[in-house]
Amino acid sequence: MEKLSRIGGRILQAIPPVFGVIVITFLLTRALPGDPAVFFAGLMADDSTIAQVRAELGLDHSLPVQFLYYLRDLLQGDLGNSLSTGRPVMTELMARLPASLELTLAGLFLSMAVAIPLGVLAATRPGSWIDHLCRLLVTAGVSLPTFFTGLFLIYVFYYLLGWAPSPLGRLDFLYISPPQVTGFYTIDAILVGDWEVFWAALRQMILPAVTLGLFALAPIARMTRAAMLSALSGDYVRAARASGLGSGRILWVYAFRNAALPVLTTLGMVFSFLLGANVLVEKVFSWPGIGSYAIGALVASDYAAVQGFVLCMALLFVVVNLMIDVMLTLIDPRVGLES
Amino acid sequence: MAAIARLRYTVSENPLTVIGFGLFAVFVIMAVFGPAIAPYDPLATRAVNALQPPSMAHPFGTDHLGRDVLSRVIVAARLDLGIALSAVMLSFVVGSALGCLAGFRGGWTDRIVGRLSDTIMAFPLFVLAMGVVATMGNTVQNVIYATAVINLPFYIRVARAEVAVRRNAGYVQAARLSGSSDLRILATQLFPNVLPPMMVQISLNLGWAILNAAGLSFIGLGVRPPAAEWGIMVAEGASYIVSGEWWLALFPGAALMLAVFCFNLMGDGLRDMVDPTRRT
Repeated sequence: MEKLSRIGGRILQAIPPVFGVIVITFLLTRALPGDPAVFFAGLMADDSTIAQVRAELGLDHSLPVQFLYYLRDLLQGDLGNSLSTGRPVMTELMARLPASLELTLAGLFLSMAVAIPLGVLAATRPGSWIDHLCRLLVTAGVSLPTFFTGLFLIYVFYYLLGWAPSPLGRLDFLYISPPQVTGFYTIDAILVGDWEVFWAALRQMILPAVTLGLFALAPIARMTRAAMLSALSGDYVRAARASGLGSGRILWVYAFRNAALPVLTTLGMVFSFLLGANVLVEKVFSWPGIGSYAIGALVASDYAAVQGFVLCMALLFVVVNLMIDVMLTLIDPRVGLES
Repeated sequence: MAAIARLRYTVSENPLTVIGFGLFAVFVIMAVFGPAIAPYDPLATRAVNALQPPSMAHPFGTDHLGRDVLSRVIVAARLDLGIALSAVMLSFVVGSALGCLAGFRGGWTDRIVGRLSDTIMAFPLFVLAMGVVATMGNTVQNVIYATAVINLPFYIRVARAEVAVRRNAGYVQAARLSGSSDLRILATQLFPNVLPPMMVQISLNLGWAILNAAGLSFIGLGVRPPAAEWGIMVAEGASYIVSGEWWLALFPGAALMLAVFCFNLMGDGLRDMVDPTRRT
């Protein structure tokens, strides 16, 4: 019961950030250089057309009223129409979101799989060569511009070695995309049992996912090392050692379980960086996600599409943070005891 | 003496810091004397010379317009470091003012400032920067503002935390009793305490600001060709990677990476000096 009400409270706490995000996105839409009505009416418009467009966009009202209209549109899932394609921004974003999510999550899991063991190893041997190696890797990883790592990987694995498929999108044109269930090509392919398409999609995803993973490696490894160091110096670890428990048990059961909480908290921040880095990686690998959609929109000055993208990313990030907090509440037995 | 001994201790604990400071010196020289030490004119195109691999005459090769990549990498240091430095300075000034005020006043001021920085942090920061530049207009100036905005919360937090714990310290009360105004107390008693952790923050942030600005110009925001800037040079070289002309993207990318690496090493070193307990 205690936990449920805590989770409820945490969900309520997510409302102010969501509201703030919506206000800022609204202000960004209204802060367009020049008169948006003139802009949206196009070059050939005369005065009456501009007035008509202004009324259509609700720009003849005061700012607070405009905000209410904006909220109403948002609630109906209306983010406006894209200038370049004429289709609703919402539809286009939703069609491309799975591609971005699949890539981002793959990158996240990949870096967790490497960073957490590395951080644990470094923490068990502080000052040793593996600790220094961890530190060097971590500092180097955070210094790597994602777009540069991506290009470098393409050069080595596509151009020099020829191991990777050409860095153009999610699936080679030889294959047909699997029927959409989750929108994740790899999972959809498994669902229909089409292993050939699964491998093709996976091969296409490896390089961009490694690029993202290298970028996320640093903060996760850093946090794991720090959290493990503080957990290993805890009294309960000393007590466990003194009672003669095996070192593996002490490390993974006693220390790691406690260290997992701060690491999980860091994942929220890491996800924020990954969503940003994702935009660059999508450009490098011509990945058809919402990042490359936004870049296309930026080039075409398609403002509705850019704003929709910013809002979509921000809401996604709020939801991820919420999920992490709920997870923390569920797995931490101390939550609820301290009050 | 004690300071020197401590410096020596920190350095011996962490030899990488020395590398960081050395690299920093190199980048400062490049930024200050760039055009003077560059062997060629970074904007001079020579079509006959296009896409030459690295050689004695052109150690970093030439790009698709026959421009010397080495000269462009050197000259770009000024623009890249300039953007990052202005952005970080801007968010340092605004962020420490807001943070000090919030920590000192508490109450509503604190709540409003806290809300502001929470709202900024609710965005994936690079995405927010994209949105800001897209809306305000595609100029270098706006890239600086956008980078400053996304760095703001970090400075607000540090300043607020440092001021809030000392708000009622003995020496603050003494200053108040001797008739100092709030502003004077903030400036002379409290703000100096904020500086050491801020230096660490600035150094770590500079690297991140460089990455952000280069990322923005990589996707076509801010710096326009033909200006020499590392992000845009990597973007220009990107299409030649798949046909094997690696030097166009590699050298500016490596310069970018080293610059960020150097600021991160320096930041870590400074943190070890300022606060050894926080080393991770």
